[in-house]
Amino acid sequence: MAQFDLNDDGVVVIVGSGAGGGTLGNELAQRGIKVVILEAGARNEIPDFINDEWESFAQLAWTDMRTTGGTFRLARDFPNLPAWIVKSVGGTTTHWAGASLRFQAHEFKVRSTYGELAGANLLDWPLTLAELEPWYDRAESKMGVTGTHGIPRLPGNNNFKVMAAGAAKLGYREVHTGNMAINSRPRDGRGSCQQIGFCFQGCKSGAKWSTLYTEIPKGEETGRLEVRPNAMVARIEHDDAGKVTGVLYVDEGGRMQRQRARVVAVAGNSLESPRLLLNSASSKFPDGLANSSGQVGRNYMRHTTATVYAAFERPVHMFRGTTMAGIIRDESKNDPSRGFVGGYEMETLSLGLPFMAAFVNPGAWGRDYASILDDYANLAGMWIVGEDMPQADNRITLDPHEKDRNGLPVAHVAFSDHPNDVAMREHGFRQGSAVYEAVGATRVIRTPPYPSTHNLGTNRMSERPRDGVVNRFGQTHDIPNLFVSDGSQFTSGAGCNPTLTIVALAMRQAEHIAERMGRREI
Amino acid sequence: MRVIDKRARLGRRLFLRSAATAVPATALATAGIDAPAEAANAEVLKPDTMATLVRMSRDLYPHDRLATRYYIKACATFDEKAAADATVRAMLDEGAATLDAASQARFRRAYRDVPQETDRVALLEGIRETPFLNKVRSDLVVSLYNQPDLWQRFGYEGSSFEHGGYINRGFDDIDWLPQS
Repeated sequence: MAQFDLNDDGVVVIVGSGAGGGTLGNELAQRGIKVVILEAGARNEIPDFINDEWESFAQLAWTDMRTTGGTFRLARDFPNLPAWIVKSVGGTTTHWAGASLRFQAHEFKVRSTYGELAGANLLDWPLTLAELEPWYDRAESKMGVTGTHGIPRLPGNNNFKVMAAGAAKLGYREVHTGNMAINSRPRDGRGSCQQIGFCFQGCKSGAKWSTLYTEIPKGEETGRLEVRPNAMVARIEHDDAGKVTGVLYVDEGGRMQRQRARVVAVAGNSLESPRLLLNSASSKFPDGLANSSGQVGRNYMRHTTATVYAAFERPVHMFRGTTMAGIIRDESKNDPSRGFVGGYEMETLSLGLPFMAAFVNPGAWGRDYASILDDYANLAGMWIVGEDMPQADNRITLDPHEKDRNGLPVAHVAFSDHPNDVAMREHGFRQGSAVYEAVGATRVIRTPPYPSTHNLGTNRMSERPRDGVVNRFGQTHDIPNLFVSDGSQFTSGAGCNPTLTIVALAMRQAEHIAERMGRREI
Repeated sequence: MRVIDKRARLGRRLFLRSAATAVPATALATAGIDAPAEAANAEVLKPDTMATLVRMSRDLYPHDRLATRYYIKACATFDEKAAADATVRAMLDEGAATLDAASQARFRRAYRDVPQETDRVALLEGIRETPFLNKVRSDLVVSLYNQPDLWQRFGYEGSSFEHGGYINRGFDDIDWLPQS
């Protein structure tokens, strides 16, 4: 395995090892480029994963302090846990459910399609679906997405069967077990799904794609990728010319280290990536790196989400089997006659009893609440995930008071729903309820959004430098050798799970960086 | 379908577990009788506080099928946290005393001696937004429901990978859906 010198200024330093960082690291290493991935979390491998919600949460989740503002309910229920994302090698690809959907053509052209919407900071991507399609294709092949490349779909579990039966009664047409980056048969040296039911806790069978046991070991095998766990990047440094020269990070012994770099790529998720750019402010860049537009941290999106749980007369056992292998796609179109722009997906979801207790209606107590849990075995569940509107003041800023253990200001996450988000959520609640009532639900429960798993948009891509932070390749408008490689690049969120798009963009970005380095342009 | 037997198991395993925590609870459990709230052990908190917390825990999260020993176990966390943090200790002792004072004023008896659940819930409603109630509620939602012993009582099966997942254990065995 490679081990690079701290003074090696020929390496590409990637901050974060998840869908963006882990993929970019491997793709660059395969192209002959030296890469150091700095990951804030520890290296937990498959045997370390735990089929226990709270224990696993303690093992994998990012629980370092964050603060919240805005009117979203999470700010009240979980003021220091705005997001449920991962601090571990593999990043949130250890925790993700595996849903791998392509954006639709109009979802790259949101300003042109949806028009001027009061309060929304809509912008078209500097990129089209046609341009990204070949990369989606490669990403699906890399990840082994079911329903693509001749890979069969997963079998449906009980939770899916309930949803599908209701969907059929309602006349929904596009209903199946999804496009999942979970092996339905052995592939790429990994086995097939054992229907374990703990997708969110790290896949114990390795059937679910995660950079932890795909991209990262493949990159390491080249001898050109080094992953340093427990390495928390504090600051990106630059020279007088305004080019980045390396990063300062705190290693596992708590010592500050300086890793020099030819290129730096930031992939720490949409909360930490803007935080790092803002914390890297200098006399030359007083508002933070790559922030001449003032857009770093802005336009934070988290998808319009909600969960519908329904109780039935007889058992469902929704927790058995692949958590999110089930989808109704009919509402994903843009049909403003529904009272909102954009669309949403309906996807199966379940939580174990401990997390149901914590999240089904946070803060609630008493007989009404307890009776939901009494019905646990008879519940079915679906998640609504739809496009939310980018808004300039939904943003990540540096908290003026709270600091982390290294003395750096923590991320403050402010979010308020746009009226379009509220209308979409209401529609989703109604349709989700109708699906279950069509097959005999005796009670329907509306669960508010969980701590965000889809965090997007805080370093957005734009054609013009004044509208965003990065260009169509994720290269910052201001600094040629500084890139953003995670979901914070997203100009808009689209109505589907983001990971496939993050991976496709990272693969495309790797080719771009390799070519530019080859031409000595960076 | 493979369904889960939700009946309580009063076996040796349970006996040993409760024996480690509270002697009176054990004696009663083996006799097939549930433990009273007063059986909860308190090393740091006042015994009255602990008994009040146990009563509160059932009123906050009432599951009639669960014996009080599960609530006693859930509340043990409060004594541990009080031992580690004097602020928590003061908040819990004072909160319980304030709740009792309100109960004395309204029902002329301690909160946990008020016979009707609706009356006790009315007292809890009166302190709904207090840090005390929020602390008790938010800690309990973990310490009560995160007891693997009680998962089966709700039909939840817990860790599955060591059993080979559900691929051969009923992930798709639903048999009551209408044919479409």
